[in-house]
Amino acid sequence: MTKVSMTVNGRAVSGEVEGRTLLSSFLREGLGLTGTHVGCDTSQCGACVVHVDGQPVKSCTVFASDVAGAQVRTIEGMANADGSLGVIQQAFQDHHGLQCGFCTPGMVMSSAALLAENPKPTEAEVRHYLDGNICRCTGYHNIVKAVMAASGQDVSALAAE
Amino acid sequence: MPKDHGIGAPMKRREDVRFLTGRGVYTDDLALHGQAAAVFVRSTVAHGRIKSINPTKAAAMPGVLAIFTGEDFKDVGGNPAGWLINSRDGTPMREPKRPVLAHGKVRHVGDAYAAVIAETLSQAKDAAEQLADDSVIEELPAIVDMKAAVADATNRVHDEIPDNLCFDWGWIEDNRAAVDAAMKAAPHVVTLNLVNNRLVPNAMEPRASIGEYNPGTGDYKLTTTSQNPHLTRLLVAAFVLGIPENKLTVVAPDVGGGFGSKIYHYGEEALVLAAAKKLGRPVRWTAERSESFLTDAHGRDHVTKIELGCTKDGQILAIRTETLANVGAYLSNFSTATPTFLHGTLMAGPYKVPHVYVNVKTVFTNTAPVDAYRGAGRPEATFSLERVIDKMCRELNLDPFEVRRKNLLTPDQFPYTTPVGLVYDTGNYQATLDRAMAMADVAGFDKRAAASKARGKLRGMGLSTWIEACGIAPSHLVGILGSRVGLYDAATVRVNATGNLSVMVGAHSHGQGHETVFAQIVAEKLGVPESSVEIVHGDTSKIPFGMGSYGSRSLAVCGVAVTKAIDKIVAKGKKIAAHMLEASEGDITFEDGKFSVAGTDKAKTFGEIAFSAYVPHNYPLETLEPGLEETAFYDPANFTYPAGAYICEVEVDEGTGKVDVVAFHCADDFGNVMNPMVVEGQVHGGVGQGIGQALCEFTAYDENGQLLTGSYMDYPMPRAEDVPFYNVDYSCQTPCTHNPLGVKGCGEAGAIGSPPAVVNAVIDALHRGGHAHVTHIDMPVSPSRVWQAVNG
Repeated sequence: MTKVSMTVNGRAVSGEVEGRTLLSSFLREGLGLTGTHVGCDTSQCGACVVHVDGQPVKSCTVFASDVAGAQVRTIEGMANADGSLGVIQQAFQDHHGLQCGFCTPGMVMSSAALLAENPKPTEAEVRHYLDGNICRCTGYHNIVKAVMAASGQDVSALAAE
Repeated sequence: MPKDHGIGAPMKRREDVRFLTGRGVYTDDLALHGQAAAVFVRSTVAHGRIKSINPTKAAAMPGVLAIFTGEDFKDVGGNPAGWLINSRDGTPMREPKRPVLAHGKVRHVGDAYAAVIAETLSQAKDAAEQLADDSVIEELPAIVDMKAAVADATNRVHDEIPDNLCFDWGWIEDNRAAVDAAMKAAPHVVTLNLVNNRLVPNAMEPRASIGEYNPGTGDYKLTTTSQNPHLTRLLVAAFVLGIPENKLTVVAPDVGGGFGSKIYHYGEEALVLAAAKKLGRPVRWTAERSESFLTDAHGRDHVTKIELGCTKDGQILAIRTETLANVGAYLSNFSTATPTFLHGTLMAGPYKVPHVYVNVKTVFTNTAPVDAYRGAGRPEATFSLERVIDKMCRELNLDPFEVRRKNLLTPDQFPYTTPVGLVYDTGNYQATLDRAMAMADVAGFDKRAAASKARGKLRGMGLSTWIEACGIAPSHLVGILGSRVGLYDAATVRVNATGNLSVMVGAHSHGQGHETVFAQIVAEKLGVPESSVEIVHGDTSKIPFGMGSYGSRSLAVCGVAVTKAIDKIVAKGKKIAAHMLEASEGDITFEDGKFSVAGTDKAKTFGEIAFSAYVPHNYPLETLEPGLEETAFYDPANFTYPAGAYICEVEVDEGTGKVDVVAFHCADDFGNVMNPMVVEGQVHGGVGQGIGQALCEFTAYDENGQLLTGSYMDYPMPRAEDVPFYNVDYSCQTPCTHNPLGVKGCGEAGAIGSPPAVVNAVIDALHRGGHAHVTHIDMPVSPSRVWQAVNG
């Protein structure tokens, strides 16, 4: 067991981990931040996406000890300071971009990373960027719509072609 | 202006806030004091005889608390099939025991034959690996292919079942000769052999279960990923472990999708309970994704021959099908109903077809159990029917839109008794067809096809007009058909003293938005704000005995139970109001949240009545009990029959065989709509899954019964780039005639109507591109299959 320290959602944290402890396990079991979900164990589904030093990372495939000292942001750190939903979270609610909610934390974290690097993505760019996040409920329609709405674009007339 | 609250309003979902902030509570999110971890030892061979399991080394490893094998459960019950199906000759289906842990034989890769409980998950995994090393399993020849399974009497999944056949079912057997005669007399007969591809449901949350036991009270608690906690309690308590139902609480907290796969009781649930009792501490298990692939009940997997007899101008005269349906290694709870009464009864579709006969042989194989997956039997029926009709149109050079129109039932024909045993209560199939054609701009297709051609793509358009039987189900009817349970639902409406409400429902929400939509119904009926209505679900210690959510039943069955309970609340409220207002009960009206004496301005608010019921100082105590809480059970009189028309447009790349869905139009009739935003979302999701089945999802077992598509790297579910925006319309509404909400259900429609529309569109594109020899491509219509069909 080794001691690992990092900053999670602005708070300095530390804990004892095994070499094999995954970041997702450290967040969920060590810190009780269970909003980060594990859906596939093979970095395919993206339910576990968090930000490490501003970059989206699949936390089920990163050792906790590898991110020692990093700034980590999880879904629990995405709301506004007053507790109200952030812009992306609000857009997901406004546009029904979630159903069962299991993939949602990863979707929100990936979407936030997308909008940070591309503030006005096209539909195709949103779909391409979210390729590493699987949703089984929504057929993606309202997720794509929500991300585009969060970027300030008018989504009222979106349909195929 | 659309309504902003109450029935019909596109209200935003209240549950979203917790999901969007990471505050949802799914089973694996719970941490319990003293918890231990369970890991299952699973068969790596598809078929084998367990020769020995030596736990000595594993038991001595660090942290190991207990080891279980099939031997520990050989004297408890099996996990039963929920429906008894009889074969054509009247004999009952073969029903092998499905044990908690495999005993004697393992029957599919992933079949658990032992479990290790340890202090930590890592310790349990290490010991499980050791135990697997110390187990001797003699591999037997695997039975994978259904035709071979039936043909080979020597190789048996279950030693006592000689031909691997569960049953040979005919529907309706008495009509067989008449159907054969009609087929023989038909001027034209179309034959289509097809495979309805096996799917893995893949709810994003893997299954998970936590067992608890209190030695001081003898109470058990199971927290589990279930779509129906009461059904799970009944199965695990009464059938498997022999625990009195009243000593077991089952909680299904937030559940991350189900799509059918979480209807069923699985052995892991029984194991964590038994282990919790033995150890006196909580025992938890969460599936890894590879375990989900290997052990969640799969869907579909039919091999079908369908024949359609018709006139030369496309009037359908008779339909006959023969299907081999895979049930896998064991009978999952709904597995015998899915290929029979959820499939055969839909084989008339929305059409007037005088003669229909369905034969289904259900086959055991050394693969994971197969059961209901979104749509459950109805997608299989719809796919067979809509594909063979499309083939008829090509053989006879007929317009697929006009052929549908010619054969669709007309609104004046309801109620309509089909030749396969259902009574459709209402519908307007022409209206949805017209609507879909307008949405798709059918007339403008040639122009779009020319534009596609200019881009080097073949464009095609595919149609499907579909119907489903939902609102599962009238108990009197399913009882006749072999169901071993009733399929009512229940709701308790508790008005609290301060006038707000707790509504306990038997339905379970795992993405459908019940907490929002049921509150809209309550708010509308009682004239109170949605914010004062709490919807409680998923905990058998809190809710009345309901049957959960599947079969598009939540609203059409449980939602109706809610309204029935509200009716009782209003009836009692009128009695209280009559007393308080010194009027006769018959003169009290209830409107907009107020009980009034008709024709006067004397009134009491809903809140005043509630307060009076709990502080009954001025109250008719001699004739009326205090309190304001009512329960209603609702058992539907009939199924509901959502229907619609779907039009898909695809572009096919001849060079690579890649198919892109470029437009998808849905005109659905769901009857009355409670929350259009939620309904649209349900259709989007269903269509997304249907496109997945049609174009990419494929479950491959090799000849040894090894699952080749056991992870998200191998099993291609649609990603955001694989699907378009969908065009959804639900404006054609023929309200259900036999429930007071007039609702039909919308959860499965998309998955039922879409696969044939996609495949029909691909065939259309290929024909337009001059590849008229391609009459069918089995799903998934992958690039390699398209390329081979074109170039083969």
